[in-house]
Amino acid sequence: MPTNTYAGSAVPVDDEGFFTDPACWTEPMAEQIAEEAGIDTLTDRHWIVIRFMREQYAAKGTGPTVRVLGKTSGVGVKELYQLFPKGPAKTAAKIAGIPKPRGCI
Amino acid sequence: MADTATIEKVSIIVSKGSLEGIYPALIMANGARAEGIEADLFFTFFGLDAITKKRWEHIKLATVGNPGLHLPTLLGGMPWVPDLVTRYMERKMDKLDIPPIPEFIEMIGDTGAGIYACKASVDLFELDKDDLVEQVQGIITVGEFYEHAAGGQIIYT
Repeated sequence: MPTNTYAGSAVPVDDEGFFTDPACWTEPMAEQIAEEAGIDTLTDRHWIVIRFMREQYAAKGTGPTVRVLGKTSGVGVKELYQLFPKGPAKTAAKIAGIPKPRGCI
Repeated sequence: MADTATIEKVSIIVSKGSLEGIYPALIMANGARAEGIEADLFFTFFGLDAITKKRWEHIKLATVGNPGLHLPTLLGGMPWVPDLVTRYMERKMDKLDIPPIPEFIEMIGDTGAGIYACKASVDLFELDKDDLVEQVQGIITVGEFYEHAAGGQIIYT
């Protein structure tokens, strides 16, 4: 299994770079993952989404889709795409250190 | 990152006005945006119903000429059947958190996808901009559609 190094520790990731073990993630890793995903600075709004991703994963065992994020994270769909232009659920999941959410809607 | 080919842009043509004709295109457009793929929707012919104010809340499942429904044609043609089967399908979709068509189109607009109406069809059905929902960004010709679609994949539904 491939690994990436964030904040000085090697963490196992899948072929697309998503964490396979969310317990390995720490907050200081987020900036570096975000930069690799094309987001230069993480604002408070980004962090609302990132923390929500982790809470949802902890509660449900899977990350939310964009629709769920738009309805329940407190950040609407339009803003989600401004914050994470390359796909909000996908990018935020990567930054939050959880596996890629699966869902068609 | 996996070293495989990627799709950067899709242009999806919606030509049918039935529930099962419209949803797959909406799911594909929304799913494309969720993956960071640029997406445009181009509504033509009866597909226009999905972006027409007086129609988009009343899209019906085709209960006749639809062998996949496994319903005898004569029964499918009874006056109350389309409404009943459509309501049944809508309830099932709601349980899966698949949004109704108007809400879905609003969401797709918010994802930054382009939503366009076909000029020939708008003329044919004697519609104008005011008859279409606010998410529609323009009434465009087939030539303009190809300009928008340049460099991407075209999907016809």
